Amino acid sequence: MCGIVGLLVKNPALRGQLGALMVPMLVGMTERGPDSAGLAVYTTPVSDRHHKLSLYSGETAVDWSELLARIAGHFAPAHEISTHGNHAVLTSAADPDLLVAWLGRHAPLIAVLSVGQSIDLYKDVGAPADIAERYGFKSLQGSHLVGHTRMATESAVTPAHAHPFTAGRDFCLVHNGSLSNPHLVRKRLEPLGIEFETDNDTEAACRFFEWRLREGDDLKTAVQRGFSELDGFFTFLMGTDAELLIVRDAFACKPAVVAETDDYVAIASEFRSLAHLPHISHATLFEPKPEEIYSWRI
Amino acid sequence: MANLKPLPKAREFDLARDSLRDLNLYLHKQAANEGVSQIQVKHPDGAHSIACGIDADLDVQIHGHVGYYVAGMNKHASVTVHGNAGPGAAENMMSGRVHVRGFASTAAGASAHGGLLIIDGDASLRCGISLKGADIVVGGSVGSFSAFMAQAGRIVICGDAEDALGDSLYEAVIYVRGKVRSLGADARFEPMTDADCAALKGLLVQSGLAHDPAEFRRVASAKSLYHWHADANQEY
Repeated sequence: MCGIVGLLVKNPALRGQLGALMVPMLVGMTERGPDSAGLAVYTTPVSDRHHKLSLYSGETAVDWSELLARIAGHFAPAHEISTHGNHAVLTSAADPDLLVAWLGRHAPLIAVLSVGQSIDLYKDVGAPADIAERYGFKSLQGSHLVGHTRMATESAVTPAHAHPFTAGRDFCLVHNGSLSNPHLVRKRLEPLGIEFETDNDTEAACRFFEWRLREGDDLKTAVQRGFSELDGFFTFLMGTDAELLIVRDAFACKPAVVAETDDYVAIASEFRSLAHLPHISHATLFEPKPEEIYSWRI
Repeated sequence: MANLKPLPKAREFDLARDSLRDLNLYLHKQAANEGVSQIQVKHPDGAHSIACGIDADLDVQIHGHVGYYVAGMNKHASVTVHGNAGPGAAENMMSGRVHVRGFASTAAGASAHGGLLIIDGDASLRCGISLKGADIVVGGSVGSFSAFMAQAGRIVICGDAEDALGDSLYEAVIYVRGKVRSLGADARFEPMTDADCAALKGLLVQSGLAHDPAEFRRVASAKSLYHWHADANQEY
């Protein structure tokens, strides 16, 4: 069992409240996922020349300013870092692939959680309320977000196994359910040069969809292809820099409910995570139908 | 004046303030002891297991959306949800009446033995799965695998049905008014008899629906799965 939450604000005036609206949604899914929690938030994008990397050091204390100085010694362009304990968002004009490779060699204890121009990603083990507090989720701002609370069934409880999973740039995915053929998917993708970081079933889905996006599919087409490639139970919620998408398997094994108003689209595994939202009594409420793809753009 | 019945005593719970456990404890034990027969529930806000396991002639009105298993195992009580219901509404109901004014999620009325479940809106997948004798009336449409392995009871679908309606049915009967995307294994359309029309009319009236029974089709078991045939090669 796991909990998923998603929120996209249509009314730009609400972007400043994105985190405050979301925290009760995430905490509301604690019973479905008490082990770990995570969140991808899509902010105003950085300039075309820049990328953002969300970095996480786990239990290792990191001197972020020292790291920044080392990065500046290897990469000429300017860098900025905003930190939150063991988490940091690094903004840089350097080639993100080179930067990620450099971090892998010179700072191997730091995990790169996401790369993109809009996405910031947080995930950790513990109760959702504690994680929300730890990283100041309440003050997050942006256009949309994808969140998850995890009750592990398929693999270990570690920050790396927590959702959201990311691949490529500005793409993330959370999953409620379990896949039965992740190893086959992985066997198919690895010869294409696609590397995996964990043995988690959701990572296989994430990397499959991101591969299809790179091959030129739009997100809906990629998901449509996934129906024949991914076997198992799923409610997937995905984010790109411009889109929020939800889809359920043919048996609708895992729950989901959507609330839509003129101001926002809110998605959760259960209504109890939506009950606090403004004007919820006037929202259009529905459950996504099996194998029907629902998406919203910012 | 003397021959007027006293008004039923009422009690209100506000789940924004009162605990769900206190509400259910009250419904199980105290309400009948105090002679209270009407209970209003405010701010259900999607909580699970509201009004589960009642065994008394109570009238429970829930004002808002509820989560999993509302009125599960209900006996005797009338429970009305003025909103939508999460998975497993009225699952394993024994008797009484459960009325969902909005839509119901998956497995509504699962395994219910008796009583009447009314859903004004749509019901999601697996509505009436393993039904054991209750009646279910859905004002809207139902999702796939509804009435799967339903053993006894009746399911009325005023709208459409998705795939595999009535798969592996036993003795339960389905009346469907709209389109059926596909029937499940061993389910078949059968002619409506006068007895079917009369029974259906009764259920529609009880549910406050004005549809003409003549608009419905009957789905029941072909009973070819009742006995295993060695030469069927597992194909039925």
